[in-house]
Amino acid sequence: MAGRDFVHRLPDSELAFARRQAWLWRLHVDLPLLLLVLLVCGLGLVVLYSAVDGDFDRLQTQAARLGLAFAVMLAVAQVPPRSLQRWSLPLYLVGLGLLVAVLFFGVSAKGAQRWIDLPGLPRFQPSEIMKIVVPMVLAAFLSERRLPPRFSVLCVALLLLAVPAVLIGLQPDLGTAILVTGSGVAIVLLAGIQWRFVVGAGLAGLAALPAFWFVMKDYQRQRVLTLFDPESDPLGAGWNIIQSKTAIGSGGLYGKGLMQGTQSHLDFLPESDTDFIIAVMAEEMGFLGVLVLLVLYFLVITRGLYIAIQAQDVYSRLLAGSLSFTFFIYAFVNIAMVSGLLPVVGVPLPLVSYGGTSALTLMAAFGILMAIHTHPKMLRA
Amino acid sequence: MKDAFTFRDHDAEARLFFGRAMVLWGVVVLALLVLVLRLYQLQVVEHERHAVQSDANRIQVQPIAPTRGLIYDRNGILLAENLPVSTLTIVRERVPDLDATLADLRELLGLTEAEIDSFQRRLRERRRPFEPVPLRLRLEEEEIARIAVNRYRLPGVDVEAQLIRHYPFGDLVGHAVGSIRRISREDLEHLDRRQYSATRYVGRLGVERHYESYLHGKVGYQRVETDARGRITRVIDRVPPVAGENLRLQLDLPLQMAANNALGDRRGAIVAIDPKTGGILALVSKPGYDPNLFVGGVDRATYAWLRDHPDTPMFNRALRGHYAPGSTFKPFVGLAGLTEGETTWERTIQDPGFYRLPGQSRMYRDWSWRPGGGGHGTVGMQRAIYRSSNTYFYDLSVKVGINRLAPFVAQFGFGRTPALDLPEASSGLLPTPEWKRAVRNEPWYPGDSVNLGIGQGDLLVTPLQLAAATAVIAAHGRRPLPRMLLDADGDLEELRSSELPPIRLADPADWQLMAEAMADVVHRGNRGYGQNGTAWVHIGRDIPYRMAGKSGTAQVVGIPQGMRHDDLELTERQQKHAWFVAFAPVENPEIALAVLVENGGGGSSVAGPVAREVIDAWLLNRMEGSAVARN
Repeated sequence: MAGRDFVHRLPDSELAFARRQAWLWRLHVDLPLLLLVLLVCGLGLVVLYSAVDGDFDRLQTQAARLGLAFAVMLAVAQVPPRSLQRWSLPLYLVGLGLLVAVLFFGVSAKGAQRWIDLPGLPRFQPSEIMKIVVPMVLAAFLSERRLPPRFSVLCVALLLLAVPAVLIGLQPDLGTAILVTGSGVAIVLLAGIQWRFVVGAGLAGLAALPAFWFVMKDYQRQRVLTLFDPESDPLGAGWNIIQSKTAIGSGGLYGKGLMQGTQSHLDFLPESDTDFIIAVMAEEMGFLGVLVLLVLYFLVITRGLYIAIQAQDVYSRLLAGSLSFTFFIYAFVNIAMVSGLLPVVGVPLPLVSYGGTSALTLMAAFGILMAIHTHPKMLRA
Repeated sequence: MKDAFTFRDHDAEARLFFGRAMVLWGVVVLALLVLVLRLYQLQVVEHERHAVQSDANRIQVQPIAPTRGLIYDRNGILLAENLPVSTLTIVRERVPDLDATLADLRELLGLTEAEIDSFQRRLRERRRPFEPVPLRLRLEEEEIARIAVNRYRLPGVDVEAQLIRHYPFGDLVGHAVGSIRRISREDLEHLDRRQYSATRYVGRLGVERHYESYLHGKVGYQRVETDARGRITRVIDRVPPVAGENLRLQLDLPLQMAANNALGDRRGAIVAIDPKTGGILALVSKPGYDPNLFVGGVDRATYAWLRDHPDTPMFNRALRGHYAPGSTFKPFVGLAGLTEGETTWERTIQDPGFYRLPGQSRMYRDWSWRPGGGGHGTVGMQRAIYRSSNTYFYDLSVKVGINRLAPFVAQFGFGRTPALDLPEASSGLLPTPEWKRAVRNEPWYPGDSVNLGIGQGDLLVTPLQLAAATAVIAAHGRRPLPRMLLDADGDLEELRSSELPPIRLADPADWQLMAEAMADVVHRGNRGYGQNGTAWVHIGRDIPYRMAGKSGTAQVVGIPQGMRHDDLELTERQQKHAWFVAFAPVENPEIALAVLVENGGGGSSVAGPVAREVIDAWLLNRMEGSAVARN
């Protein structure tokens, strides 16, 4: 194989620390990341308990989903990064096939065709898989090239990114398309792309904004307009954002107390258990409560980037960096949207919103991070 | 591949990656700071504003409609009540797609076009924002269940429990009690918006309209916590509404039924009054309509049918029908002649069957006139009443003159709005020279006075007016205002006695003499041709009490000179209107009434038996075993 690494490194102090955690090490678990994720999930379940109005059945469902996602994380952590790198391209091709299949045979829900029913498998969204597979294939592709990448390499990488992103956007699933694109952009940046390309792409993007406006569907345009003037349609498109801002703002510094939020419990707040759950938290736990969550997110992201920096091969670095940054985009887009900084797109609050799919993908990503960090580094047969 | 065989500078790549990772980390830090600042702005800086908004969201002040007062007849029988019903309502502001929702409901409940049509009409009327608009009143249990099952896909659709007005006797008392209607655009202009903030209906006609302020009650309030769909989750505090006053009417339902039956299917009106109090004991206008139709809004087809029907069922003939009184007017002209000194009970004239004004050739005919004959011979006041001589009253009317006749009969309520609490009652028309000059721009001709003497010409009266005027004779000049109200829970202004000063005749004995003359109309019999009272053969042969009466016929079309009424070929609608006024017992009158049968023909033969039937029902049932019944 081309582009192999020839450097052997001795185990560093990090490794020594991990060895002391022998059983965790053998399980390929990164303790700091594990603890942070557990904290986020725990806090999330508390918020969710209120958001589902104390519905214990739904709370149990979510807990079970998180449990399953944990198992997936542990399972993924057992896979050596080397194997991941080898499976990147095949997985990508399968994913693309499924995305095309969704467009033709997919199952519709809420006006979008995102799901696919394969015999013998539970119904799932191929676009979710792409949140991991696209970073994998980009990392694999770029790690085999000299870095920083040349322009032609960059073009191929962008093509690898654009095809699934456009296919997901067609479903339409703007939220996932943004996350997938964000993960790809992160990889390209991490790969050391020259800043002039970054600036050029940024300017090109700005120039393309008007064109983008015409491509958007009416409801998407409405969402953008609503962002700037929610009062223009207070009972329609503006309703969600007005109510969520009221919920967040009325929470104040300390919040109204768990289960005491009137905006959410009296149904003024829509989607209060899924995309808008941060508003429930802000209303009931106040500014300080949300600050705790933001700090936890920050620490998760920081730990992910640390793992990326610590990784010794290019593939692992790029992948770990991209997955960590995707997690950040998740959190940022959701909170910015609910607090009225960004237009409404369907992005859940990571590990807190009710729903199994995104939790599963996120946990799988954490599994990959743990695998990258705990598998013997740079050693080859 | 070119890259494959070049050595890579791993440290340089690691350094490069480290730099880029730090840049991304910086982006993360900055972005999270932006979020923190945004949350700080919303939760700390703008907290007050959002907190107020949040409270405004959840707490609403809701008005509570008071329960409308009940209406009873004099015996305590309910005439207007409030029934709890489940109403299907729609809050327009909460329905995303009205057409789709209506289509769903049509399938679910089998809504008719008419219902949807009425609903659309109500929707277009001005209403408060978020006010539920009724789609179907009176849902069945099964329909409520079907709505409940499908509620999740019908936002804005609700089943509301409310009290609606119900008139158990329907068209029997429709014209007497009146009705209510949904509050309309125009109503909102003059209603107290605070008091009516929860009320959906307002009195439309009759008692319901006149006593609206008492029947309505006082609005209550509750502060409630609601969810985003407007459903109440908690009541914070509550000021209960005060129910409206219950009213007891003078109306006697059994008498009302008797009057209704007596009139049968004929068009016409009956008003019966207690002469002592002015209380209206029965008020029938036929054909009638069912006021329940107007509760919640009548559908367009039914309304058009009611409005355009040739028999005009919604028209209240008793209060608003304008008719010439015909011969029933003669007693009033007679009393005028006596009081103005133009005649006495002893004075007689020769009646050849017609009357001519001095120096004019035009013949004013008696009803008994026929070519070359007719007339009643020697006629005095008494005979002129019981034989209903036109000639006598032509002559007397001209002698008294319009300038004395009009003010005198006006005291009986002609040309005036006569009732205390019947807002629709019309004042009819009492013609005067001033009126004729102003409206027709013509002088008052002597011929006008001639016609007025027998209640023809321009004079127009309503059945209520004629009944009230008859009651004044029965009460020997006392004039209590005709009224519907007998009693109420509260202290209503209308309950205080309101009576006009009594009419003073030159000789008060004339009251009794006129009553006796009118009694002869009914009771004078077995005297041979031309000697009996006009009504005796029809109602007087077997009457067990003493009744004073006077028949009348009002021409609908003019009859050319030289022709007799019977000679004309007239359609049903051109036939004369039949009148009969009466009171009884003569000695101590307890009931006075006026009966009108439209296009009925003869007053004595058609309207007389109706009057007898109504008075029978009042006196015989009430006075079983009394002296009157034994006579």
